[in-house]
Amino acid sequence: MTVATILARKGVKVVTIRPEQTLREALARLSEHSIGAVIVTDAAGTLVGILSERDIVREAVRNERFFDLTVSAIMTRSVITGTPADELTAIATTMTNKRFRHLPILDGGKLVGVISLGDVMKAQRDEFLGEVDTLQTQIIGEKAS
Amino acid sequence: MTSARPGTADLPLRVAIIGAGPTGFYAADHLFRQEGLVVEVDMFDRVPTPFGLVRAGVAPDHQKIKSVTAAFDKVASHPRFRFYGCVELGKHLSVEDLRAHYHQIFYATGAQTDRRMGIPGEDLTGSHPATEFVAWYNGHPDYQDHQFDLGVERAAVVGVGNVAIDVARILCRTPDELAGTDISDQALAALRGSRIKEVYLLGRRGPAQAAFTNPEIKELGELAGADVVVHPHEVELDPLSRAALAQAPDRATSKKVEILQSFARHAPSGKPRRLVIRFLVSPVELVGNAAGAVTGITLVRNELYQTPTGTLQPRATGELETLPVGLVFRSVGYRGVPLPGVPFNDKWAVILNEKGRVVDPASRMPVVGEYTGGWIKRGPSGVIGTNKPDAAETVACMLEDLGRGAVLQPSAATAAAADALVRSRQPQCVSYPDWKVLDRIEVGRGRASGRPRVKLTRLEEILAALRDQAGNR
Repeated sequence: MTVATILARKGVKVVTIRPEQTLREALARLSEHSIGAVIVTDAAGTLVGILSERDIVREAVRNERFFDLTVSAIMTRSVITGTPADELTAIATTMTNKRFRHLPILDGGKLVGVISLGDVMKAQRDEFLGEVDTLQTQIIGEKAS
Repeated sequence: MTSARPGTADLPLRVAIIGAGPTGFYAADHLFRQEGLVVEVDMFDRVPTPFGLVRAGVAPDHQKIKSVTAAFDKVASHPRFRFYGCVELGKHLSVEDLRAHYHQIFYATGAQTDRRMGIPGEDLTGSHPATEFVAWYNGHPDYQDHQFDLGVERAAVVGVGNVAIDVARILCRTPDELAGTDISDQALAALRGSRIKEVYLLGRRGPAQAAFTNPEIKELGELAGADVVVHPHEVELDPLSRAALAQAPDRATSKKVEILQSFARHAPSGKPRRLVIRFLVSPVELVGNAAGAVTGITLVRNELYQTPTGTLQPRATGELETLPVGLVFRSVGYRGVPLPGVPFNDKWAVILNEKGRVVDPASRMPVVGEYTGGWIKRGPSGVIGTNKPDAAETVACMLEDLGRGAVLQPSAATAAAADALVRSRQPQCVSYPDWKVLDRIEVGRGRASGRPRVKLTRLEEILAALRDQAGNR
């Protein structure tokens, strides 16, 4: 199973923010869309970073007056990105080992979506549930015949 | 304008499901299981018979997989379920018609076409989508006039997914092996006369990445009339695959590689056919003769590289070879087909949706009352059962929307009105009781020859059988 399977049922929205916007705006965006990270893009729509709940928590602990900081001040700049053809099994391993939870997806260099570790887990769970169901049906079918 | 919320005995929730494949039945089942909700489901399919790819896709020599239809039969026995076969959206009914008769519409039409390889020579005579061959041997009414030249000696199947494996296996089966299945009579006769001696199954990546399952690969090793051949150097694990397996050990993958390597060690036992499984090759061109027929397939050798997410992908090395083949089946993926009047996401070839809610491309907001599930929602992935959690996700959205009153307001929300409309547009529509009649006829025809069923494969044949039966009643 590939990333495309997840993106296909995610509509067309990718929640983004500009680097010069404030963390106050970033928090509003995370809250409004119930997401854990927002993709940071420049005026041309090019991915320049990612800002996650974790980045903000880390900053908040050492600086209580973080709200007016810009996104670019604390965002993660070296972002691992995926493509629609990447495989969920490989991604699950990479995300777990490298301890990150959001993966921006680029297609031909263009941002087409973002998938979370939760998306990957759900897709894999559904795949396994489906396989179990199909195997059970076959076993029952075999016994009945 | 407010009206009573549907879902009661007085005002049942009326749902139209487009497509009678597994997803449609799983969705109907989920709806019927909701306590305290009265639902009426009308299920439509463009072909006369139900069950979608379980009937027309699953290989005839895999009957056990088809036993899932017993569960679908149970769903269909619900008193508020109706099936209308031979009814096509865009031909007999429009989305507007559905909006006038149902509170909710569920599109589950699957992925109906194949992806193209995008290489020169793809349209030469003798080059076919694997899905058309599958539909043909499974007796799908739309594909019975297709011609496949089985008089050639070599065939290539591009891809190593389950459709590719099915096609290669069916080409390699002996007539005796096939005679006990529900393969169409026409295909059985044609395959009896097949002169194919060698079938190539072509994977673009290595053995560890091949999509086939271990039971599928083992089955190939047990064919009565064909030896499996693999090139030893192509089933050796490359360093990247070995590292990936070491980092995330996976018994099934290790076993798969082991089985393939065991094929490499065994000399062919002299069976009449050879099934050659190739890895790390991609077709770059189909070669043809002056008459425009395929005579060969040119392959480039690939090497694997690792993407930043850890996925191993193929990259061409430039090393070329040409296999002499007279028949090519491509099975490199499937694409959904847009439905008239329904938003489509061309990039992923699915209905534009969010968790199954159809989304309007302009406003990016859900379209009230329209939903999707299965392959036309997420693209072609998984096994039959994968559509169960998929359908459940969409049904959860339907129930949530119903709970807040976001349903269509049909002007004629009765089963009788919908039935009258459908019959006026398609007098030859096939009901579920009609299908049970056809089922009995097919199983009866099969019993005589020791087969699970002998399918009725022509529309005229099906309608005539139903007319005869009606006459006898």
